Amino acid sequence: MRKPMQRRTILILGIVLFAAALLWLVFAVWPDWLIDAIGRKKTFVNTLLNGITLGGLYFLVASGFTLVFGLMRNVNLAHGSMYLLGGYIGYEVAEATGSWFFGLAVAFLAIAVSGILLQVAIFRRMEGDELRQTLVTIGISIIAADLMLATWTGTTYQFDTPDGLYGAIVLPVISVVKSSGAPVFIKYPMYRLTVLGVAVVVGIGLWLFLNRTRIGMMIRAGVNDREMLAASGVNVHFVFALVFAIGAGLAGFAGVVGGTALSIAPGEDIRYLLASLVVVIVGGLGSVSGAAIGALLIGLAEQFGLAYFPTYGVVLTFLIMVGVLAIRPQGIMGTR
Amino acid sequence: MLKCAGKTLLAAAVLAVASPAVAQDTIKMGGLATLEGAFAAPGQDGIRGIRMALEEFNHTAGGKKIELITGSSDASPASAIRATRKLVEQDGVQIMIGPLSGSEGLAVKDYAKTKPNVTFINGTSAAQDTTLRKPAPNFFRFSTEGAQWMAGLGEYAYKVKKYRKVAVLAEDYSFPYTQVFGFLEPFCRLGGKASVNARFWVPIGNKDYSSVIAALPDDVDAIYVALGGADAINFLSQYQQAGGELPLIGGSITVDQTVLGSKGKIRKTVIGTPSAGPISDTWDDPRWKAFVAQYKKMFAGKGGFPSPSLFAHGYYINTKAALLALNQVKGDLSDGGKKLRAALSSLKFESPTGMVSLDPRRNAIADMFLTEVVEGPDGNLVNKTIGVTKQVSQTFGVKYEEFLKYGPVSRTNPPCK
Repeated sequence: MRKPMQRRTILILGIVLFAAALLWLVFAVWPDWLIDAIGRKKTFVNTLLNGITLGGLYFLVASGFTLVFGLMRNVNLAHGSMYLLGGYIGYEVAEATGSWFFGLAVAFLAIAVSGILLQVAIFRRMEGDELRQTLVTIGISIIAADLMLATWTGTTYQFDTPDGLYGAIVLPVISVVKSSGAPVFIKYPMYRLTVLGVAVVVGIGLWLFLNRTRIGMMIRAGVNDREMLAASGVNVHFVFALVFAIGAGLAGFAGVVGGTALSIAPGEDIRYLLASLVVVIVGGLGSVSGAAIGALLIGLAEQFGLAYFPTYGVVLTFLIMVGVLAIRPQGIMGTR
Repeated sequence: MLKCAGKTLLAAAVLAVASPAVAQDTIKMGGLATLEGAFAAPGQDGIRGIRMALEEFNHTAGGKKIELITGSSDASPASAIRATRKLVEQDGVQIMIGPLSGSEGLAVKDYAKTKPNVTFINGTSAAQDTTLRKPAPNFFRFSTEGAQWMAGLGEYAYKVKKYRKVAVLAEDYSFPYTQVFGFLEPFCRLGGKASVNARFWVPIGNKDYSSVIAALPDDVDAIYVALGGADAINFLSQYQQAGGELPLIGGSITVDQTVLGSKGKIRKTVIGTPSAGPISDTWDDPRWKAFVAQYKKMFAGKGGFPSPSLFAHGYYINTKAALLALNQVKGDLSDGGKKLRAALSSLKFESPTGMVSLDPRRNAIADMFLTEVVEGPDGNLVNKTIGVTKQVSQTFGVKYEEFLKYGPVSRTNPPCK
């Protein structure tokens, strides 16, 4: 065995080399042999960006999921329903008021309130009984899916992207140089970059909230030892309700953000629940930074699969999951 | 649910005690469409088509009242079979109208073979082999199929639009295979190219097309797109948002009213897109205009599209065929529907889009329309009529045995090298 210091040096060296190679792939004009080997640069760069932005969307959904689990040991399988409900509520409000941003805010608040209601009215009754709580969330998700189908039918809804965020922008990345010598730049949808930006802001916000505020400190203490936290005079129920509100609200928020990037329809609840589950299994249950890493990995895997081998692309996601479970069962950032 | 079951029980009890003569005064008709999933909007319009035909006949045919029972699927063959079995085996319908989607049609055709006394009439499912190979004797299709719908488009793309090389983007199942075959067969025979490597097959219900859009080649003249319902809306709006600039050629349901009438931002991308299919929104013909007027009268402001989609049209024609044949046999189904099916086989009638009749495998021969998307006078997007191909048969006039040698439709047929 090498000494830990040596292993770390090798790891850092590897990461630096990988980052350098990636930067070269993105910014250099590709030579012909590389195009022959893996196809056009436009496909690669766009797929890379798609993977990262989809990872951003997955992070928005999964961060709330992992937060709730970390504190309450409650696997909330109704999380996908909250995503979908948030999307529908946001759509209705945006249609009625004509303001997408207002719809986004209402979706966040409405789903946060529904999260508090769930916590106060249902989960508090079965505190400490994780299996029962999990089963109840499955029941809630099935009932919610049918109620939403009855209300909004099976039609697909699409948001109007707010005007400032619509259309494509030209990135300072050269795709190919034409025979005339004029460079062709890569274009990318503005909205998807915004999704990424929002995810980064939410991620940093969560980190600051958990690590730099008093309530964040309580939450972290609760993750480590709930009984001790309660014994030291903190109102645990308040902390629980707050965390549940934030987790659920983020799901509703993601419903509007994701529904605008793609669309909302029945079945999306299961899709995002599954994505969140895979993300937190890969990243490590209960860890926000793990959710970020997991979301990025899964987003990239899905998009590269879709672009380079569409028929079998979905296998890639699960290969990653199997690999992580085999080598590091607690997840990349997870603790036992 | 309980309440519903209670009602069914009550109805069953009433039926049981009612005299047989009364019970025979109604004929149960099943209507199956995709009211869930990616094709939910097309499915709803299909049901509107059934209702238009029933309304026209005052819900009566052959002196009997027609009772419509609807079922829903989600475009998967399994869901279509589940809904059909429920309608046939539990509700006891004697005539089935449906399903909507291609692979559903293949599954329902196979199921039809196990129920020889029930008459199955298609909705809008348009896979080639539903009737071409191993047809079921009790499955009828008055709505034609996907390759017929493409009549004239391959020639138009090559000769008028002067496209020589195209990429293909389509959903990965039997109906788009049929459409791609119908488009590429003439296009490639004239000398056009569509490399197998430039054909992209995505699953039904795919939401995120951004990476597929990125993978589309630059060195083609146009992209042939055969996606339907929500898939088409998702692709077209994402293509427009990504700043895609290649011209498109549309499959029959890619730029029809279920897509053009949606709220997605697709206007800039779709205007000028040529397509072909069994209907054309602006066809200047009194029969079609009367049909559109009736559609608007019944459904304008009640969820209907600005103009009927090909799903409303297909379900309407198939339902109308059933009602006409029922009139001919005076509603007599006591022989397990034998007379009805004989009447259907020789039925020939005027539809809103011209004369319809059946070939020996019970697939329709009908007129097809070449169209192009334009902005209508009231700002709605519509398909303008460019040309009409008269009386297109499933084998395009080629002898049946000869046509079979073209091979079954697939991802790579025709190879088009």
